[in-house]
Amino acid sequence: MFDFLEGYDLLGAFWVTIKLTLLSAVGSLIWGTVLAALRVGPVPLMRGFGTAYVNIVRNIPLTVIILFTSLGLNQTLGISLGAHGFSHINFRLAVLGLIVYTSAFVCEAVRSGINTVPVGQAEAARAIGLNFTQVLRLVVLPQAFRSVVGPLTNVLIALTKNTTVAAAIGVAEAAALMKDMVENEAQLLLISAIFAFGFVVLTLPTGLILGWVGKKVAVKR
Amino acid sequence: MTEVSVAKQDVAATGDLVVLRNVNKHFGALHVLQDIDLSIARGEVVVVIGPSGSGKSTLCRTINRLETIDSGTILIDGRPLPQEGKELARLRADVGMVFQSFNLFAHKTVLENVTLGQIKVRRKDKKEAEEKARALLDRVGVAAQADKYPAQLSGGQQQRVAIARALAMDPKVMLFDEPTSALDPEMINEVLEVMQQLARDGMTMVVVTHEMGFARSAANRVVFMADGRIVEEATPDQFFSNPRSDRAKDFLSKILHH
Ligand SMILES: Nc1ncnc2c1ncn2[C@@H]1O[C@H](COP(=O)(O)OP(=O)(O)OP(=O)(O)O)[C@@H](O)[C@H]1O
Ligand SMILES: [Mg+2]
Repeated sequence: MFDFLEGYDLLGAFWVTIKLTLLSAVGSLIWGTVLAALRVGPVPLMRGFGTAYVNIVRNIPLTVIILFTSLGLNQTLGISLGAHGFSHINFRLAVLGLIVYTSAFVCEAVRSGINTVPVGQAEAARAIGLNFTQVLRLVVLPQAFRSVVGPLTNVLIALTKNTTVAAAIGVAEAAALMKDMVENEAQLLLISAIFAFGFVVLTLPTGLILGWVGKKVAVKR
Repeated sequence: MTEVSVAKQDVAATGDLVVLRNVNKHFGALHVLQDIDLSIARGEVVVVIGPSGSGKSTLCRTINRLETIDSGTILIDGRPLPQEGKELARLRADVGMVFQSFNLFAHKTVLENVTLGQIKVRRKDKKEAEEKARALLDRVGVAAQADKYPAQLSGGQQQRVAIARALAMDPKVMLFDEPTSALDPEMINEVLEVMQQLARDGMTMVVVTHEMGFARSAANRVVFMADGRIVEEATPDQFFSNPRSDRAKDFLSKILHH
């Protein structure tokens, strides 16, 4: 029944999906948190930048961003992100595009989490002489994390699925392979089911692990 | 009033610890602080009293710049309040603050609450910070709670930890914004006693409170505020038994007749 799978590197394709997801997740968690810090910070210029970034980026379709990294950054400006060869360059461009896009959502998740921490916590932290980054890092973010976990899980699950857009610039991840197989094989339903199952296998642990982490870091009030 | 403030400027030259000169602040259209002149000498305990919304909290919070001011000068130990940044953080470490709602760091143990500033701001090593923290917790009578989280403590205990947290920074002056008004009646005294002891030890204190017992026994001076102005300054005895302004008389009659 699964004979038709022969000759296709299913695991290899999903491995690319996993790499895209993990690298983009790490990058967008970092950049998204920085953006959130800018948005709640004391400097008006930085707040303005953070706000503008989020409002612009989250309203552009991901496909447009991914295509822009390839057509705009790579083919027009010659940026290759230090990689050589078509597939490496496009992989990195896809990661960049995913980070740029996902970080806007991470930022909003973190910022809404920050807003659940009572202002008195930050005031007390400032009052003992902690500077802005210390206040965030030592007092506010650890407490915000609890309420960030839920929205963040959704963002990361969406990211996993969004990696399929990388196929648009020729990254050989799962969706690209699926398209190949659909064109060449007859078992359309089965192929769809296999890929759907593959993505569920990838996203379920994200929800479970983050749910567990969320319980671990619960803060009593 | 003018006479009084001229006299105070002279004192300022001899080294008052906290000096506010002609301080003004607005919240939008609301003029919360109007031409505030106030000098606090080293070791002095000043109680700020006044009706709700008169600007007491705001006054307190401008002294460590949790609120910015629109005009005027604030000096701490002869130095003007710095703008945002490193300098300001350093100044804040020198000005202890105790809040009505305690604001202990909910994700840290009592001990960590008291060591955090010492380690991150004063750059002490952990062991030294913990020794000092335990000594301070002992001093405010909550040494046994060191490893608990704030939510496991009573309000009175939390507020005493908050005082220890502020003291851990070796502040030059301590600000208290209604430190006992969120407490159940039976816990008020344990906090007031700690504050009284602090006052006896010579700490410079600005205390927003309606606790007249504390004002009478610990304060050198009562500052009465109404509508964003300092309406009257007097010794506690003078103020409570013989207030001069009508606003103060009116206010005292209300809080005394409850
Ligand atoms: N962040 C703010 N934004 C706008 N208005 C504010 C803000 N903080 C305080 N106010 C207003 O400023 C006025 C003075 O407030 P403040 O808290 O200083 O009064 P208070 O004397 O401490 O009163 P209370 O006894 O109720 O604590 C009040 O009318 C209050 O509503
Ligand atoms: Mg107040």
